[in-house]
Amino acid sequence: MNFYAVMAIYKFEMARTRRTLVQSIVAPVISTSLYFIVFGAAIGSRITEVGGVSYGAFIVPGLIMLNLLMHSISNASFGIYFPKFIGTVYEVLSAPVSTVEVVLGYVGAAATKSIILGLIILATATLFIPLRIEHPLIMLLFIFLTSITFSLLGFILGIWADNFEKLSVVPSLIITPLVFLGGSFYSTDMLPPFWQSVTLFNPVLYLVSGLRWSFYEISEVNVLVSLVCITGFMLLCFSVVLYMFRTGYKLRT
Amino acid sequence: MNAVSEPILSIQNLNKTFADGFQALKNINLEIQKGEIIALLGPNGAGKTTLISTICGIVQATSGKVTVAGYDITRDYRKTRSIIGLVPQELTTESFETVWNTLVFSRGLFGKKANSAHIEKVLKALSLWDKKDNMLMTLSGGMKRRVLIAKALSHEPAVLFLDEPTAGVDVSLRKDMWKIVQELKGDGVTIILTTHYIEEAEEIADRVGVINAGEIILVEDKTELMSKLGKKQVSLDLCDPLATIPQSLAGYSLELSENKDQLTYTFDSSGDRTGITSLLDDLKAADIYFRDLNTTQSSLEDIFVNLVEESS
Ligand SMILES: Nc1ncnc2c1ncn2[C@@H]1O[C@H](COP(=O)(O)OP(=O)(O)OP(=O)(O)O)[C@@H](O)[C@H]1O
Ligand SMILES: [Mg+2]
Repeated sequence: MNFYAVMAIYKFEMARTRRTLVQSIVAPVISTSLYFIVFGAAIGSRITEVGGVSYGAFIVPGLIMLNLLMHSISNASFGIYFPKFIGTVYEVLSAPVSTVEVVLGYVGAAATKSIILGLIILATATLFIPLRIEHPLIMLLFIFLTSITFSLLGFILGIWADNFEKLSVVPSLIITPLVFLGGSFYSTDMLPPFWQSVTLFNPVLYLVSGLRWSFYEISEVNVLVSLVCITGFMLLCFSVVLYMFRTGYKLRT
Repeated sequence: MNAVSEPILSIQNLNKTFADGFQALKNINLEIQKGEIIALLGPNGAGKTTLISTICGIVQATSGKVTVAGYDITRDYRKTRSIIGLVPQELTTESFETVWNTLVFSRGLFGKKANSAHIEKVLKALSLWDKKDNMLMTLSGGMKRRVLIAKALSHEPAVLFLDEPTAGVDVSLRKDMWKIVQELKGDGVTIILTTHYIEEAEEIADRVGVINAGEIILVEDKTELMSKLGKKQVSLDLCDPLATIPQSLAGYSLELSENKDQLTYTFDSSGDRTGITSLLDDLKAADIYFRDLNTTQSSLEDIFVNLVEESS
């Protein structure tokens, strides 16, 4: 194991975050606060309770998921796309590093940032509403698995994308709708039966449901199903990354 | 070639065809000994960068075998890549990273334990020490080139690839780089460089390889190459202008200058008989006297141009 290389990439990526602290941390905190004000205060005054918890509290897991997904993808995709774009990727490609080490460096850094961000969002939420977390360890596990999985997905996106448009299209055109339609801000019971069944095909539903269960023990699907799904998706993403590196896909000509 | 010592770099039947079907490398065979400096010459698009990129792991070979210090570049990539330092042709650097940090990054990436003393030494050798805390985007092009060299040296490679290290570099810096290359050679580092400056190859290389259209058309010891292919010329400044070249000198294919006061004789300096003595005798017999004589030798540049023209 080339431990020095993993640390070099990891530190480099973390340093990049420090340079963009406003974009990485301050912006999400502000947008989260806005969600609380708009959704929590405005809508929450009409929908008082969902499944026995206040609407403001109900949306917290959804908000955390939204941020984890968006930022894991954008951080990790940018981390590998940019060196590719400016050409500095030659150094990583010519270095004595295995795929696993490259992934540990880039994806590890992106996931770390997301985890920190998730916890900051959680802390921000407590400023607006009283929170209870029934299963803190399960909550951490979900945050952890989600951050890693979607950082892997972002990494794949960053390798695949050959222009900035492709880079931004996936988060905004795929992830955002999935998050909004995946029961982040409402319970699927509120939907007509047909749409309830459609929602079951939305992978984000399983994530939000699992995370929400760790808070309030209410869920759309069994929490174990959620855990199996996220773990399976993580392994799938990792296999894709391995495949990309083995074949040199869009990295080595 | 020394049969006892195994070559540090061995390339056997290497081919590269890109996805678009273009064959950039055609059955390349090359062996390089430890401590050698070899210059690869060739016109734009000849395949120099492709060859280097393949050895370094950036381009995947279509077929063939490459070993570095006896290790296969695909099977034992960890070994080979940790031995190799690469200075790419393109000036690609981060923008917001400092010079110091980018070297620390490179060293770590290549699996070496942090060593500030070594990085300090490299920065000083490349006259970058006073820029160590500068962000890369604040550096000039020549400084960025030196940073790329410093990055490659930060992990103490035994084999160094310099892909046009002196492109866009001013004369004094170019001389500095030649000095650094010589020092590295002194430390036992093997250096493979590409260049379009023939005088660079002439100045620093032990051997010269010429690539054209994906093929190595020649690899030769530099001095041998120059003496073998080098043509020499003797120019004679005549005391009195000559109307025409006399019949008795017709066998020498002499050239008479436009203003009729200089005769030029071209000969092969590696031949058994150069013909100079008999020419001088015959000149005397023809009552042609000269007040000055000088010889010139064709440079690598002339040789190179001839070779590439012949092969295409
Ligand atoms: N990714 C690629 N796909 C297709 N063709 C390529 C690719 N990379 C390089 N080539 C082609 O391979 C040939 C060799 O390119 P290479 O960069 O190795 O030349 P070079 O000898 O380094 O030239 P220069 O002196 O201009 O740097 C060129 O014709 C180039 O267009
Ligand atoms: Mg080139």
